[in-house]
Amino acid sequence: MAILIKPDTKILIQGITGSFGGKHAKLSLDYGTQVVAGVTPGKGGQVFEHNGHKVPVFNTVAEAAAKTGATVSAVFVPPPFAADAILECADAGLDLVVVITEGIPIKDMVRVKRAIAGKKTRLVGPNCPGLVCPGPGEQSHGGCRIGIAPGYINKQGHVGVVSRSGTLTYEAVYQLTEKNIGQSTTVGIGGDPVNGTSHLDVIKMFAADPDTHGIIMIGEIGGNAEVEAARWIKANCDKPVAGFIAGATAPAGRRMGHAGAIVGGAEDTAAAKIAVFKECGIEVAETPSDMADALLRAAKAKGVTLS
Amino acid sequence: MNIHEYQAKALFEKFGVHVPKGVAAKSAAEFDSALAQLPEGKIVVKSQIHAGGRGKGTFTDGFKGGVKLCQSRAEAKEIAGKMLGNTLVTLQTGPAGRKVQTVYFTGADSIKKEYYLAILLDRATSRPVIVASTEGGMEIEKVAHETPDKIFKVFIDPAYGLADYQVRELCFKLGFNPAEMKNASKLIRQLYTMFWECDASMVEINPLISTPSDEVYPLDAKVSFDDNSLYRHPEITALRDLNEEDPKEIKASEHNLSYIALDGNIACLVNGAGLAMSTMDIIKHYGGNPANFLDVGGGASKEQVMAAFEIILTDPNVKGILVNIFGGIMDCDVIAHGVVAAAKEIGLKLPLVVRLEGNNADAGKATLAASGLTITSGTTMADAAQKIVALVSGK
Repeated sequence: MAILIKPDTKILIQGITGSFGGKHAKLSLDYGTQVVAGVTPGKGGQVFEHNGHKVPVFNTVAEAAAKTGATVSAVFVPPPFAADAILECADAGLDLVVVITEGIPIKDMVRVKRAIAGKKTRLVGPNCPGLVCPGPGEQSHGGCRIGIAPGYINKQGHVGVVSRSGTLTYEAVYQLTEKNIGQSTTVGIGGDPVNGTSHLDVIKMFAADPDTHGIIMIGEIGGNAEVEAARWIKANCDKPVAGFIAGATAPAGRRMGHAGAIVGGAEDTAAAKIAVFKECGIEVAETPSDMADALLRAAKAKGVTLS
Repeated sequence: MNIHEYQAKALFEKFGVHVPKGVAAKSAAEFDSALAQLPEGKIVVKSQIHAGGRGKGTFTDGFKGGVKLCQSRAEAKEIAGKMLGNTLVTLQTGPAGRKVQTVYFTGADSIKKEYYLAILLDRATSRPVIVASTEGGMEIEKVAHETPDKIFKVFIDPAYGLADYQVRELCFKLGFNPAEMKNASKLIRQLYTMFWECDASMVEINPLISTPSDEVYPLDAKVSFDDNSLYRHPEITALRDLNEEDPKEIKASEHNLSYIALDGNIACLVNGAGLAMSTMDIIKHYGGNPANFLDVGGGASKEQVMAAFEIILTDPNVKGILVNIFGGIMDCDVIAHGVVAAAKEIGLKLPLVVRLEGNNADAGKATLAASGLTITSGTTMADAAQKIVALVSGK
């Protein structure tokens, strides 16, 4: 069930002793996530305590993984040190590293992506809200929440959500849960131009996951990652897919908040991407309020039950 | 961050790139001493603004051409006087144009052939790419569309760097003779080093020229940098020209808000870049026009919301405001208090629609309702957008 993580996946948090990392470590613990270790160089031996949870802090990722069995890291370290934190995870042989940090120099990500190519560690992000695999409890408690997303709006179920944007992911999840449609996994891949996991990577995993019955793909202006994923869906994926692209009114050449959200040419406009979505059989949400309904339309057309 | 042509060329020189002699002047009093540094003969006067298409641009007083070839120092001085302080409108500036605060004098070069050369990030491969063409001096998008076989690309492995064979291959494709090839190879290497060392996001030279004596060097230069990397380049950060930026955008960045001015009349205040973009889109979808992009981020404070309101209202076109918050972790009631405080302090008269959803949204809605202010509540994004469009259009 689910992709990349399961409700009981053991995670460690790099930067757990910082205010941002600490705040979200607490929220993940409250959600019922197995936060088993923290890593802050020089603070090894300390214990991060919250509501009766005692999370040991280690000096290195390798030690944290060896002693606790953590297989995934959430990176909350500041931008100048984030690339190094990713390399450390790859060297420690973790399955997944999810980078929340915003503002990492692009050159650092170019080098890191090259350095971890071919290694077993998958990178999600940077500048992303992270992943949620909802749990079975009330407000999806008991799930795995990695990052900064509001886990409580989720509901365990069978829709996969992939997006560059955090708040648009929450918007989609909220609409689904309101309609009593649960999610298998929600994946925020981040708003930077160089990221570890693409729309296509996630779509392939959702397509192969028997627990995922339908997919919402949310994109924005800039690059051609959504187009690449849409073409693959047309050729390989029978599951119902709804899509939304943000930035139809964005002026060319201006960066819209996300470092990667910039129209450089005719190919990376919202209109061009939406046209490809339609051509590839993806049900396009007319507005962000229409995302869950669009998926329902796509599911109905294919005779698929989502809940 | 963008820099001016004259700053880019100075940076090129630091990396050993030969550039034509040029001198910048920021006031008419500097014209004579600047021109005296150039050899006698033809002189090119170039308006320095952060936008392309200068040569074909028109000043708001009707004077044509932001780049002019002059026959003498006297003529160059006269032309520079017409450009400096004048507002230049080009295809890239929008109708408002940009005020020319610096002019740049260079000698006029003998051109044998014009080329195009750029270094940027290729998002599909996550690698730097050098893009070059034998069709210089033209719009590269047009060349790419009409004659894609005349555009050559070299993808660089960040683990190894630019390889010699790649430089050779590119020079052969561009058709350089042996003497030109020697000069061009050196230039490409120097520019790539600059791109990499300075964390540039783009280096664009159009045109790159060859001369009758087989020299190869840049006539123009457009350089921009990755904002995320500026913390480690104080010498580049010092080149930032605030005159080229919207004062509202500068103020927003001081408050850690991401704001971009647009030309509509419905202002919006949103949390999250994706949601902020789609809020603009949904305003347009229901027949309105967004006045701005504004992302208050994931942890906005009351002070930030107040600053956001002040910035929004500096725009005289604004006829209504839409606040759209999906509070995942952010407390909607904190936003509500910020909205109420800002509206009261400013004495807001414009229609205001607020949509709060998520964490503590009910408390936030109660705060708005108890404020005694005329605030329209929206349920979904679609509902809120339709309400503000109706209020602003008076329907």
